[in-house]
Amino acid sequence: MAVITLGAVIEANALTKDYGDKRAVDGLSFTVQPGIVTGFLGPNGSGKSTTMRLILGLDAVTSGDVTVNGKHYRDHKAPLHEVGALLEARSVHTGRSAYYHLLSLAQTHGIGRKRVDELIDLVGLHDVARKRAGKFSLGMGQRLGIATALLGDPHTLLLDEPVNGLDPEGIHWIRNLLKALAAEGRAVFVSSHLMSEMAVTADHLIVIGRGKLIADTSVDEFVRRASGAIVRVRSPQATKLRELVLGPEITVTSNESGVLEIAGTTPEKVGDLAATNGITLHELTLVQASLEEAFMEMTRDDVEFKAAAA
Amino acid sequence: MSAVTAPAPVIPPLTVKGRVTQLHVIVSEWTKLHSLRSTRWSLAVAVVLTIGLPAIFAAITSSHWGSMAPHERADRHPLDIALAGVNLSQLAIGVLGVLVITGEYATGMIRASFTAVPKRLPVLWAKITVFAVVSFLLMLPSVLIAFWVSQVILNKHHILQTSLSSHGILRSVVGGAVYLTLFGVFCMAMGAIVRNTAGGIASFVALFFVIPPLLNVFPTSWQNAINPWIPNSAFRSIFQLTHGSHSLSPAGGLAVSLGYVAFTVAVAAVLLVRRDT
Repeated sequence: MAVITLGAVIEANALTKDYGDKRAVDGLSFTVQPGIVTGFLGPNGSGKSTTMRLILGLDAVTSGDVTVNGKHYRDHKAPLHEVGALLEARSVHTGRSAYYHLLSLAQTHGIGRKRVDELIDLVGLHDVARKRAGKFSLGMGQRLGIATALLGDPHTLLLDEPVNGLDPEGIHWIRNLLKALAAEGRAVFVSSHLMSEMAVTADHLIVIGRGKLIADTSVDEFVRRASGAIVRVRSPQATKLRELVLGPEITVTSNESGVLEIAGTTPEKVGDLAATNGITLHELTLVQASLEEAFMEMTRDDVEFKAAAA
Repeated sequence: MSAVTAPAPVIPPLTVKGRVTQLHVIVSEWTKLHSLRSTRWSLAVAVVLTIGLPAIFAAITSSHWGSMAPHERADRHPLDIALAGVNLSQLAIGVLGVLVITGEYATGMIRASFTAVPKRLPVLWAKITVFAVVSFLLMLPSVLIAFWVSQVILNKHHILQTSLSSHGILRSVVGGAVYLTLFGVFCMAMGAIVRNTAGGIASFVALFFVIPPLLNVFPTSWQNAINPWIPNSAFRSIFQLTHGSHSLSPAGGLAVSLGYVAFTVAVAAVLLVRRDT
């Protein structure tokens, strides 16, 4: 069972990475806490995978710093017990079987065959464990990657796009797994470009665009902050209500007669206003922007800049 | 309720936790080496060529001996026949040496390897150790068997007889296995430097087989000065029975070859630690 660590597990401090004259990660600072699932969001090419590689020491930082459990990843004596990683790019020799792939990695830490068999069963690869990994489907490859990540019973999990290529059953399995791992007190840091996936899996979000931090917040807060909630009102006296609510910071739109969509206020304020003025309401709803919409809204500038620059 | 939702998977706890040691990484590299079909094939081809070619050459020499001119007969040496296979099996060993490293880069396995062993150098030392030990343990019996087989065939025709107890013969035969092993390690280091299979193979082929004949454009005095020291000649001196004034002694060849190997491995090690993966 994972030991519950107090305080941040991953700490990035002004993390920066250049490839030639292209800045992939730009002054990124964030922390990943144990006991929760932290989603790492960003459009494609925003630097998520680069950040993961910097955490693992696969790529050297240009400037700034990132530590795992208080040390640089490279300085851990048993890194597989600290961090389990699933990288986005395949990292399995195509000519080797799943069993020997896992065994060879386990052996670097003196972990035995029994553990390898346990994990093969856990991820459901029992029947294909002796087949060459090159013949695996994308989904089977992801399951092998998960088994690799869990090999050392690590405190921290670093998963780059884990649901990529999985079927609905596999996606469901991953969701439960991530939550169970966090519930055991582990830190789970998972990247995805699927906002809907993060909405059901993550507790906390770190959002980046063009290598820069855009948001570091809870999922609920992110949605609220990104586009603000909209209050939907249906009333026979819509025109009168519209004039009453209008004010600075408040915008009202109306796409069908008798229905107002008011941004910049709360249902309570609208309800009170209607009551004091004797306006009948047939509907008063708080419409939450979806996580997807919030994300699009927040990263739009970064994506546009990228497309223009490319 | 667990009747409705699938129970969340539980990761079996790991009771005994180990740590990365050089010995652990060597065991891991041994698993990696023997669990690939390409390794088994390359080594099998190397063994077959090392033993098979001398057998064939011995048989051909025996059957043609009667019709050979005296100067042709004088050109034949039993050691050349016994070690004839080395010239071809070195290609299999060299390609395997390159593949042991570049196969990991091509497939992305290197990221998994360096995530498990983030200090990286233990992986290089382990790869060299495992590959060198396996190559030597396979090639030593192979050259000894090649010597014995070629002698048995030649013995039927009572020609070109020698024995391991003759002067320099055992040293040369064992030298054949040492040559193949060092050559393989050199090729592995080339692979680690260029990180690309085609590039790695091209590098050792160019260095050992393409460039040496090109040196013929130089004046003879230059050739005599340069030739003994180029990798191809230095490595081959390890298993030569005799050496002239323009070639290195077996011990000298071994020393220079070890120098080449050490230098290439050192460059590979520095780059391995510094470069992004």
